[in-house]
Amino acid sequence: MAKVEFKVPAVGEYLEIPDLQPGVMAKSAPFKAAPRHQQALGFPGELVENWEERAVAKLGELLSKYRSLRVHLDACVKCGSCADKCHYFLGTGDPKNMPVARQDLLRSIYRRHFTLAGKLFPRLVGARDLDPSVLEEWYSYFHQCSQCRRCSVFCPYGIDTAEISMAAREILDEIGVGQKYCNEILGKVHTIGNNLGLPAPALANTLEGLEEDVKEDTGVDVRFPLDVQGAEVLLIPPSADFFAEPHIDGLIGYAKVFHQAGISWTLSSYASEAANFALFIGNYEQMRKVALRIRKAAIDLKVKRIVVGECGHAWRVAYSFWNTLAGPFDFLDPRYPVPQHIIEFTHDLIERGAIKLDREANDHMRVTFHDSCNVARATRMGARPGGQFVLPREVIKASCNHFFDMAPETIGEKTFCCGGGGGLLTDELLELRVKGALPRMQALREVQQEHGVTHMAAICAICKSQFSKVLPYYEFPMETIVSVHQLVSNAIQLGTNS
Amino acid sequence: MPIMTVIYALLLYGAAAVFGLGVSYRVLTYARTPAPLKIPTMPAPVTRTGVVFRVAREVALFESLFKSSKWTWIFAVMFHLGLLLEVVRHLRYFIQPIWFWTVLVQPFGVYGGVVMVVGLLGLLGRRVLIARVRYISQPSDYLMLLLLLGIGLSGLAIKFLDHTDIVSFKAFVLGLLYFDWQPLPDSPLLLAHLSMVAALLIAFPFSKLLHAPGVFFSPTRNQVDDARERRHLAPWAAQLEGAGDEV
Repeated sequence: MAKVEFKVPAVGEYLEIPDLQPGVMAKSAPFKAAPRHQQALGFPGELVENWEERAVAKLGELLSKYRSLRVHLDACVKCGSCADKCHYFLGTGDPKNMPVARQDLLRSIYRRHFTLAGKLFPRLVGARDLDPSVLEEWYSYFHQCSQCRRCSVFCPYGIDTAEISMAAREILDEIGVGQKYCNEILGKVHTIGNNLGLPAPALANTLEGLEEDVKEDTGVDVRFPLDVQGAEVLLIPPSADFFAEPHIDGLIGYAKVFHQAGISWTLSSYASEAANFALFIGNYEQMRKVALRIRKAAIDLKVKRIVVGECGHAWRVAYSFWNTLAGPFDFLDPRYPVPQHIIEFTHDLIERGAIKLDREANDHMRVTFHDSCNVARATRMGARPGGQFVLPREVIKASCNHFFDMAPETIGEKTFCCGGGGGLLTDELLELRVKGALPRMQALREVQQEHGVTHMAAICAICKSQFSKVLPYYEFPMETIVSVHQLVSNAIQLGTNS
Repeated sequence: MPIMTVIYALLLYGAAAVFGLGVSYRVLTYARTPAPLKIPTMPAPVTRTGVVFRVAREVALFESLFKSSKWTWIFAVMFHLGLLLEVVRHLRYFIQPIWFWTVLVQPFGVYGGVVMVVGLLGLLGRRVLIARVRYISQPSDYLMLLLLLGIGLSGLAIKFLDHTDIVSFKAFVLGLLYFDWQPLPDSPLLLAHLSMVAALLIAFPFSKLLHAPGVFFSPTRNQVDDARERRHLAPWAAQLEGAGDEV
């Protein structure tokens, strides 16, 4: 594919709020789903004839099903406190990337059709009719939201633009205008069991190769079991862990942790994917269908626990939604939370002294940690609120000697998205992804200059892929991004307590 | 009975009815709409009590706004606190005998009016001067601020410039409450003040003023972080269970 031409934003001394540049990102839009991608999910193949009517009807249905949507469309007072909080606005300056302006793309239609003020005085309250230009705007700007929820932290009413953009994408699917990247991938999960479309034999092959690699590397027989009935733990990793760098080093890390802790585990060829892209398109039924595969795999393999790998939105779906979508999980061992994050799992083993880590193994790295948006603002780890910030850092600090946090306004609950979340990790959106990464790159540049940081660890497959791609645009080496369990993998002392 | 008294009595009854019924209808709609998924903005409290405190901090201290923008927070607090003081101060027109604490509030109430107007001017200034906020502002956003400013300024004018006969005004208000109408004092400022208050009450259930009840119903703020411990299932989602499931 020809390289997309655009200017990479300059990384300054500090993060500046850009001047408004109306329309600069109006042309950014992902490829549309082909009829077969749409129909595989039960959506119309192409734009339906009476789409205006269908769109308004779907909005009405969603309003009656989601309190978040109804309250969030009503409650906004246009105070502007979210306006400078979105990484895509900060990176592009396009005013429609201000969260409130993005919401208004849908709110204007809501007001026109569902509120008295909008029916009587549309001009006064910014209500407008649905027409093809609105549709185009929706498709473009609702695919410039990574659903990272940073705006919702700062909103006095907790208005969550992710909820709005999910609703908008669901309406778009309903009228036949789906996004190729998400919908094609969902089709693969339904038929093959993972986003990659990696069939069981290929998966088995990959895992065998990994066993050989680790053996060569360490001299130890670390297993990567597949479809083993009666294993203690079913591990659900994002499928990127099977092939991409630095993801795969994380997978090796999980395997070493299981090996060293002496806990039997297995992967499932039927449910070999933690990711659930139905979240991105806001579709409850699709999300449920993907989640049920994991339930079925857990029952069929007769496991006692489910552990989820390093994947941000997957952890959101798993932590916050699995119990709702595919619960109750009363067939699993009640002594453990369902599900558990691999970080919780490893953290617990470190605390109990069940695995030993040699920090010096990572002395060639000076590490910072990127809080992934979904983990930070939509989930928890451990028993206490905020554990999602503490546990990964403790695992990192147990694995390496040199750890430095980025600026406080760019981590924790205020963390900046990598720029590729929410179903936007596709090549045709590269300009958006590079520009949206600006706030994170700026914070990384700061710790690089102040503390000589060389590596940034993450626990999200999308973050890792996104950073591998965009880091070079900001003149960081691609290898700057590492998996947290890659650090664990380097530091773990195999064979010390068998 | 003077014609103005009749007009204003009917206007205020009507406004109160629209406000009461409209807001109740909205609140009922919010309460009846299910929240099918657990979506609290994390970190979130893990207990109900914790959530009560979270929402209380949001309502009383504007916690999230404070995180976001100190200037907006200052002006918003000035306006809302000033308005609250004024509402409490105005209770003296509705109750007889006046409660002890309502008496205590009276001297501060006057400052409330001034603080409220300064806060509103600050909010209006932001809306006009900051390009981002100007971009997202609709005519109704300016009108709402102007209406509130009008209420504040006319109230201050009644207090400081053209003092109304508040004893007969109280008689008018109590008369409305007990359906025993008394004449409304003849003061253009008072009529303007009352008209704008009525307009605000009428606009309330149809406008962004719904943020007031809305903040209590926002799932990102009022949900407990207990998704792993308790199964949360909306009625419409429960209907999907069983039908065509492979498990």
